[in-house]
Amino acid sequence: MTEPGRASGADPLDALAADWAEEVEGTSYVPMAAEELRAHLRDLARLVVDAVQADPPRPEVGAEIGRRLVAAHFTGPATLERTVVLLSERLPALYGPGLRETVPALTGALAAGYAETLRDRTLGEQEAIRRAVLAARQHTENALHASEARFRAMFREAAIGIGLGDMEGRILEVNPALCRMFGYTPEEFTQRSVVQQMHPDDAPSVWERYERMIHGDLENFRVEKRFYRADGSSMVVHLTLSLVRDERGEPAYQVAMLEDVSERHRLQEHLAFLAYHDPLTTLANRARITERLGKVFAEAGGSSTRRVGVCFLDLDGFKTINDSLGHHVGDLMLQEVARRLDACAGEGELVARMGGDEFVVLVEDSHGVDRLVALADRILAVLASPFHLVGQELVVTASIGVVEQAVAETTASELMRAADITLYTAKAEGRGRWAVHDPGRDETETTRFSLSAALPSAVAHDEFFVLYQPLVSLADHRVRGVEALVRWRHPRLGVLSPSLFIGPAEETGVIVPLGRRVLETACRDARGWHAEFGAGAPFVSVNVAPRQLHEPGLVAEVAALLDTTGLPADRLQVELTERALTIDEGAPLKALDGLRAMGVKIAVDDFGTGYSNLSYLRKLPVDVIKLDGSFGEGLREEELSDEVDERIVGTLVALGHALDLTVTAEGVETAAQASRLRALGCDEGQGWLFAPAVPAGEVAALLRRGRPLGGPATGLRRSG
Amino acid sequence: MTYRDRSVMVTLEAREARVQRPNWAPAEVDLDRPSAARVYDFYLGGLHNFAVDREMAARAVADWPELPAIMQANRAFLRRAVRHLAAQGIDQFLDIGSGIPTVGNVHEVAQAALGDARVVYVDIDPIAVAHARALLEDDANTGVVQADFVDVGAVLEDPVTRSLLDFSRPVGLLVVALLHFVGDERRPAEALARYREAMAPGSHLVLSHASADGAPDRADEHRSLYRRTATPMTMRSRDEVAALLDGFTLVEPGIVFLPQWRPDDPVPPANPERFTGYAAVGRRD
Repeated sequence: MTEPGRASGADPLDALAADWAEEVEGTSYVPMAAEELRAHLRDLARLVVDAVQADPPRPEVGAEIGRRLVAAHFTGPATLERTVVLLSERLPALYGPGLRETVPALTGALAAGYAETLRDRTLGEQEAIRRAVLAARQHTENALHASEARFRAMFREAAIGIGLGDMEGRILEVNPALCRMFGYTPEEFTQRSVVQQMHPDDAPSVWERYERMIHGDLENFRVEKRFYRADGSSMVVHLTLSLVRDERGEPAYQVAMLEDVSERHRLQEHLAFLAYHDPLTTLANRARITERLGKVFAEAGGSSTRRVGVCFLDLDGFKTINDSLGHHVGDLMLQEVARRLDACAGEGELVARMGGDEFVVLVEDSHGVDRLVALADRILAVLASPFHLVGQELVVTASIGVVEQAVAETTASELMRAADITLYTAKAEGRGRWAVHDPGRDETETTRFSLSAALPSAVAHDEFFVLYQPLVSLADHRVRGVEALVRWRHPRLGVLSPSLFIGPAEETGVIVPLGRRVLETACRDARGWHAEFGAGAPFVSVNVAPRQLHEPGLVAEVAALLDTTGLPADRLQVELTERALTIDEGAPLKALDGLRAMGVKIAVDDFGTGYSNLSYLRKLPVDVIKLDGSFGEGLREEELSDEVDERIVGTLVALGHALDLTVTAEGVETAAQASRLRALGCDEGQGWLFAPAVPAGEVAALLRRGRPLGGPATGLRRSG
Repeated sequence: MTYRDRSVMVTLEAREARVQRPNWAPAEVDLDRPSAARVYDFYLGGLHNFAVDREMAARAVADWPELPAIMQANRAFLRRAVRHLAAQGIDQFLDIGSGIPTVGNVHEVAQAALGDARVVYVDIDPIAVAHARALLEDDANTGVVQADFVDVGAVLEDPVTRSLLDFSRPVGLLVVALLHFVGDERRPAEALARYREAMAPGSHLVLSHASADGAPDRADEHRSLYRRTATPMTMRSRDEVAALLDGFTLVEPGIVFLPQWRPDDPVPPANPERFTGYAAVGRRD
């Protein structure tokens, strides 16, 4: 309580105001500086003093004081308490005890005025804050409404399908995009459940994850899976399923977002199909075989008893068909072959086209070679019937390499390599047949295989040379010509004969540069003989492969060669196999005509060994037929002669002569044979009896010696 | 437990609700929870509050009797600072975290000094904002924005802000008793820097901030409590408060306890540290 004496000597009004300010300080927050506060209270104190000193006193002014206190924000109840106590004590102390009656009335009125004003203020501010609450709620509601409307619009307009379901899997809400995707109305949808969206193709993990999510163990997951549409058709959908929890964190709803990715899926499947299939035949391709084989070997452990087999096949002479009849026909044939192979393949047998005219049938779990052999037989059988393509009847054969092994004994690449080598064996054994892989034979085959691979660089390194075997007149055994025969001086294997490399050279196309080289060498050597011996010089006969005949520049090349070497055209003879000549149209024939027009002679080699269609001889530009050595075999023995052979040879000679052709006999080994052939009318002979193949220099030496070869020609002494 | 602790928890609950609420959803109006703005109003003798608010305040005061005095000291600092700015000729104010506009509002103080002073009040509490709107409806020189302090773009780009304040001239930015509700993870310093960049030279920042510095005996109790909460009220030391003022030139007397900042009374108040809070005004040069 304030010291009574504190205000003595000062203005009692100032003392009252100062005491009042000190009493109420901190009882209410009043937004005034200390100075302002004191000034304000001094004004109030003057009102109080005026009221109590008035005559008569006016205690009702207290109500106004109470009102002004509240108006100045003296709203703390302690302010009123301290004010009442202060005035009750200090007014009589400062202004005399005569006020004792007035002061209680004044403080009472002050308290009533204060209470009334504070009540009004309270009600007013409470009203204001409640209005604020309502306004805020309204604002919030409006905002929620707008937000809800935005979300509705988003849900409705979304291009992605959206559905809301409860934790029992009932579908509660769906958007139009989802309805369009599935073809259900919203009503139909809400009668369905999430589990009805199962599809037989679903991976078990899809529904395992669904269960985990429903139990709250997974917040969301994504999956690509199939769904049925209302019409029963199937689509592939990218599905994102998310859990929505309530405010307590418990699973409450599930939200599904679905996007139809069928198109993308189809495209992916198509791309995957392309990656593993041959576009021409729609069979599996090399990549597919590699992948399957890889799987077979990966699945089987080292101790597996599993066996696997392949038939590796290649069409014989397909290149010729392709070259002569055009790629279109070749493609049609490949497609037909593919169809037939596919038709004859059974369960667990995968047919693939490896490229070109190579096909593979993979047999997983083969259980022995018998099954593979049976398959190979079936393949040969289905290919045996003629192919009817673009109005023509074509016959094709295939060679098949068969390999069947335990998975544990080999690897995928070894298996395929063995099949490839065995295919070569089948071809070497005469084509149109199968051969079974024989590990013991592997080495030779490997050699052959590697020869094929080494050919291109051998040509580039000029590892070939040419020998000449004389062709003699059977009348006087003098040299009329020589046949150029190529040899390969292999850096490791020594000199190799054409039988080892001409086949592969033809198949790889190396025959073209190789043949050109031989032709050049032969012409140059022949030109040498011509320079030395003039009219007595031999012609040179050079083998030309079918492939070379297809080279558009052949005729021009030969002409240029004759020109540069200076060899007369009639000193050059071109030998072709009968097979090459069975083509009766196109570029090869034109080439022959061109060569012949220049004066080059054309000879048919190995005559009588093919499917001799004798009529072609009339039409073809041919000068010479060379009878295959096999026809003369029966004529070799001194005393005995095969009558049938003699008749055949006689007929062939007569035929040749009827067509004005020179007839040359190959493989003449004995003098008796030479005599008989001469008696039958053969014009020329070739064989060891006369001379083996010799270098160009020796040919010149033979010519210089000028002696008949193989002894003098003798007349035939026919045995009884 | 002190008032501050409880009020922190109240604030945290509200904050959490805000954090979980996506930004597209409107703030909720929840009368079951005390509101920091209404509790503050109650301490200042205001009647814009409800039973939950008064109950909360009463419990807090029982534990910490100085609380009303602290709140009043803070309000008094605001008044003195606004007057000081007005004396510098600053006639536009941006008051962020303004709460319920109870007695002694910024526009009243400013307009008493400069008749046409303009004030934009910003708060995130929807009721405080609604009340302010109702109260200031007829005053063309004031405006109210509902936004979060750290969402600087929302505050500065609001049409109300843009129509009332001219940022090419000096502005008074008031962040009074606000930043202790903004944890470091919400990067208050970065937000302040962005406000500073938007303000013309000559602008002022008025800041007050709760601190444990003045009441070290209570600090441990507080800290252990704060550690248990996800987003605690951030009491900052004097140095940390100084760091927030980075880029501003401090106006005399610098960073001081609330009653020490340019007191009206030449007699300094006793034990100013019991008003556990710092006050400062900085100038953007």
